[in-house]
Amino acid sequence: MVELSVLQQKFGAELTESSFRDNRRVDVPAAKLFDLLSSLKSDHGFDMLIDLTAVDYLEYEGATDRFGVLYMLLNVTSGERLIVRTAVNMPDPKLPTVYSLWRSCDWLEREVFDMFGIIFEGHPDFRRILMPEEFTSFPLRKDYPLKGRGERHNFPVITRAGS
Amino acid sequence: MAVGLPENLFLTKLDAAANWARSNSMWPMPFATACCGIELMATAASRHDLARFGAEVMRFSPRQCDLLIVAGRVVMKMLPVLQRIWLQMPEPKWCISMGACACSGGVFDTYAVVQGVDRFIPVDMYVPGCPPRPEQLIAAVMEMQAKVRRTGTIMGTEFMARDTPMGPEPFESEERYRIQDANLVQLGGFSAAMTQAGLNRGAGKNG
Repeated sequence: MVELSVLQQKFGAELTESSFRDNRRVDVPAAKLFDLLSSLKSDHGFDMLIDLTAVDYLEYEGATDRFGVLYMLLNVTSGERLIVRTAVNMPDPKLPTVYSLWRSCDWLEREVFDMFGIIFEGHPDFRRILMPEEFTSFPLRKDYPLKGRGERHNFPVITRAGS
Repeated sequence: MAVGLPENLFLTKLDAAANWARSNSMWPMPFATACCGIELMATAASRHDLARFGAEVMRFSPRQCDLLIVAGRVVMKMLPVLQRIWLQMPEPKWCISMGACACSGGVFDTYAVVQGVDRFIPVDMYVPGCPPRPEQLIAAVMEMQAKVRRTGTIMGTEFMARDTPMGPEPFESEERYRIQDANLVQLGGFSAAMTQAGLNRGAGKNG
């Protein structure tokens, strides 16, 4: 099991640990994210990126940052799992891509961008993945209304005589 | 026979002959996007056997179909596809909107789901249910056949009269007001005012 103190020695005391129902979570500042993930892969055997997702903490009680981005890692050999969480904020939510570490982040990073507008710099094919290209909002942001801004009905109407 | 017709000859109207042929061999275009599609398959399968009503020839090319069955929810990314398929179908053609989602959006009242396909394409028959039983779809097909026999013409002139959209407006007033409100929030006027009033829980910290 990767000890927090080992990581703290390398990456500083800003790293904190918490857990929820057996899920270990390490919080890391965005500036040190890539180095931490890189070290977790090469030194601690986390060779698989299970999932990459984000949370919008807008109006969340006690939250200090706007977005949390979560990397769920798995060490295939030992079965150990670890969640790495980092924070990004408006107006410039940017993170480095981890494409060079885990290729599985390809579509995951595109999805997080599509839904939250978080930009992953250095991604080789960075564009929307689920929503149409011309969509202008990021629908999973908490300040985006559930029913949208009218995009769903912005189409021509075909009548029977006209078809 | 007063006019001396041979026994194997019928006299009928051309419209009625066309309607008889069309209604008894409808070729459905299955536009199945969700669980309604499973019921549509069950309808065509042996137990319910849509072939009894002459509508078993599911074609996956719209060029060979005359009955569009929209089975399932249609999202904003799929709607242009649906409209193109409808336009690609040759005349005469009809449309069945199957299930709550195709008819009204169902429970999916979200940013991406079209709230009823009849806002954007003409629909002849609505099938309620979530999803509808195969019997309900068969009832709709039979009703569709009855409608063709009742209103059909050989040149399809009955379609020309339907020149106004049949469904609800894409942006009814309620939706329009809601979008206006949403855009106020986007511009920040609403949010900033709430923050000034100290009503935005934690908004100052979270940006």
